[in-house]
Amino acid sequence: MSQLTMEEFEKIKEKAYSAITLKEGEFRCMVCAGTGCVSCNSLKVRERLEAELEGRGLSERVKVAITGCNGFCAEGPIMVVQPKGIFYRKLTPEDIPLLIEEHFLKGRPVEKFLYTEPTSKEKIPLMKDIPFFQHQVLWALRNRGVINPENIDESVARDGYGGLSKALTSMTPEEVIQEVKISGLRGRGGAGFPTGLKWEEGRRYPTFPKYVICNGDEGDPGAFMDRSILEADPHAVLEGMIICGYAVDSHQGYIYVRAEYPLAIHRLRIAIDQARSYGLLRKNIMGSGFDFDIHIYPGAGAFVCGESTALMYSLEGRRGMPRIKPPRSTEAGLWGQPTVLNNVETFANVPAIIRNGGGWFASTGTGGSKGTKVFALTGTVYNVGLIEVPMGTTLRRIVFDIGGGIPEKGEFKAIQIGGPSGACLPASLLDTEVDFDSLDEAGAMMGSGGLVVMNDSTCMVDTARFFTDFSVDESCGKCVPCRVGMKVMLNILNRIVTGQGTMEDIPQLEELGRHVKESSHCGLGKTAPNPVLSTIRYFREEYEAHIQEGRCPARVCVDLIQFRVDSERCKMCGLCKKICPVEAIAWEKKAPAMIDRDKCIRCRSCIQACKFKAID
Amino acid sequence: MRWVDSITKEEWEKIDQVIGKYKGSHGALIPVLKEVQDICGYLPKKVQHRIADGLNLSSSQVYGVVSFYAFFTIVPRGKYIIRVCLGTACYVKGSKQILDTLQRELNVEVGGITKDRKFSLEAVRCLGACGLAPVMVVGHDTHGMLDPGKAIEIVRFYPSMETVMVKSEGDGIVDDR
Repeated sequence: MSQLTMEEFEKIKEKAYSAITLKEGEFRCMVCAGTGCVSCNSLKVRERLEAELEGRGLSERVKVAITGCNGFCAEGPIMVVQPKGIFYRKLTPEDIPLLIEEHFLKGRPVEKFLYTEPTSKEKIPLMKDIPFFQHQVLWALRNRGVINPENIDESVARDGYGGLSKALTSMTPEEVIQEVKISGLRGRGGAGFPTGLKWEEGRRYPTFPKYVICNGDEGDPGAFMDRSILEADPHAVLEGMIICGYAVDSHQGYIYVRAEYPLAIHRLRIAIDQARSYGLLRKNIMGSGFDFDIHIYPGAGAFVCGESTALMYSLEGRRGMPRIKPPRSTEAGLWGQPTVLNNVETFANVPAIIRNGGGWFASTGTGGSKGTKVFALTGTVYNVGLIEVPMGTTLRRIVFDIGGGIPEKGEFKAIQIGGPSGACLPASLLDTEVDFDSLDEAGAMMGSGGLVVMNDSTCMVDTARFFTDFSVDESCGKCVPCRVGMKVMLNILNRIVTGQGTMEDIPQLEELGRHVKESSHCGLGKTAPNPVLSTIRYFREEYEAHIQEGRCPARVCVDLIQFRVDSERCKMCGLCKKICPVEAIAWEKKAPAMIDRDKCIRCRSCIQACKFKAID
Repeated sequence: MRWVDSITKEEWEKIDQVIGKYKGSHGALIPVLKEVQDICGYLPKKVQHRIADGLNLSSSQVYGVVSFYAFFTIVPRGKYIIRVCLGTACYVKGSKQILDTLQRELNVEVGGITKDRKFSLEAVRCLGACGLAPVMVVGHDTHGMLDPGKAIEIVRFYPSMETVMVKSEGDGIVDDR
């Protein structure tokens, strides 16, 4: 198909809709094929499922489809059986015959593959009843686990490109921008700049060509929101970009995406090809006379390229080093031309805003932050995965209701939000609402949406050191405060974690941190001291324990651990001997364990294995 | 994957083809470097010079880009590249100890290559598989839910599985739960 008129588009939509609507007695197995599930073999599960269904003559009645990231990564590989939405988890290919026998032939869900609530041990068959999903509001991720991301028809059946068709037929570019402004949408990449304003500026400059860039250089460690959106619903991002192109009068878009995300790139390529074949890209889109095309540009691995001007230099084939603003990118960006750059999640929100109106979007959220936000919830919580919640949800709800709380006997210690630019917030701030402004006040930052939960076996000084090391590594080196200041802070932190710190180090870290924040050139430097400053602010006693007592309370900093068994606390269970990779532990029944310190490689396996905290 | 420092004649030809393909186009350097690294496995000095000449850039521009991005390497890589994830989620769950243990086990620094040229050891920032933390990737295989003991077992397993591994490269995904 070369060109698609509005009428033909409507026909495709009708047809696609009836194709995904199940008839009486039919089932559809949605097998998650996000990166997490694929790396635990979900594609083999699908193969086996298809083969077994075929072998039993069931393949007419039971369809199999792959979906993008379902979100509940800790439970992978995941399969959801429609129409009811029965949620199966941790499947292996060997489980499939039993599952088919029970579920599709005898008509009863297989209990042993169902989700078990970790505290009550109750089996929950339906996906919608699982607490992890219950408290979520899916807007940007509305198609996750519902459509096959490699089939444009399924996206169209669920209103995909409906926003574009509305914009092109019944709205002027100015009206599109106005709608985005009414929605109150702010950039989801971290800084939270109002999207409508950015588009308005981009439209204002009468220099051509103009460019639209989608920033998919998700460099924050512990964050995978953009990856999941691109894998689960690439068409939403493309549609958002085309609408943006229409609004700002641009005809060329680029998606800059991390090379570490091969699956996302693969799905994007398929999506772009399909959109082109439907005439939703390139010339005369939907017969409207508007032209727009999109190219993918895999990044080469540099955190600083998440900064918009650095990203544009990288696209030009240069070192990705931020430049001085003004001029803003909307005036002079890629190749010196006006450029509008938004994050993946921002673009994914646009189609629904155009379809449903800005007022609909603005009805959810807080005063300054509207709509929803996607977070990657990881670390020591029961339910690790990708979540989307309304702005204004408290951290407590995220950690304890959606995340299911802290496993085993561990205790909540901190939640890290915003990655290397963010902060570690203590239990006393768990009632903070996630919105751009209240997180800022707490000394944290929304960031792109990484949430890492830490329990009492995480050392806050070591965590600060970890992020500082990251920032030093990723600093582009252009300005002195970031390049040298962060390095000096890292040296001080290295001294503290090896037991050579002094009490003067703490005020010095605070002062240096303040200087780096105030005088650095780009967003990376301006936020890089946040992890250190926030841990000093909320966990000062841990710094003091390292310096004054030479003790790491969480027993993480190996130079401050003796690797000695406390024979009073040792319950003589032998777990430490079992786990030791170098056989440095001697243990016999009814006798406390002994560590041979010459053989010991200080890997901390025994400390993590010991349930009685008997190793100091 | 290679571990001989010289570039063969065919490789030079392929490199020139890549340069020819991109010559004169905007922002060609990074895509060229990527494709060339796919051909030779790394980007030694003489290859960088050739690219600079071909794209009409100075060698310092090329080296500037090569040294800036984590994706590019100027040292040869081992047969199996071990990439230990040091993203926050993995770090909190002890991936640093896994990296330390592997350094000791293989007697190699991070970023280095073992004497027998079998393994390169690298630390990477977030592979996006946080649900399986801590994670490492060996060749094309993702290994999740690791501890130092398991990590040692896995790397010991590879050289003994040479012939089998060649077959499964690309789709061999190992779950270690």
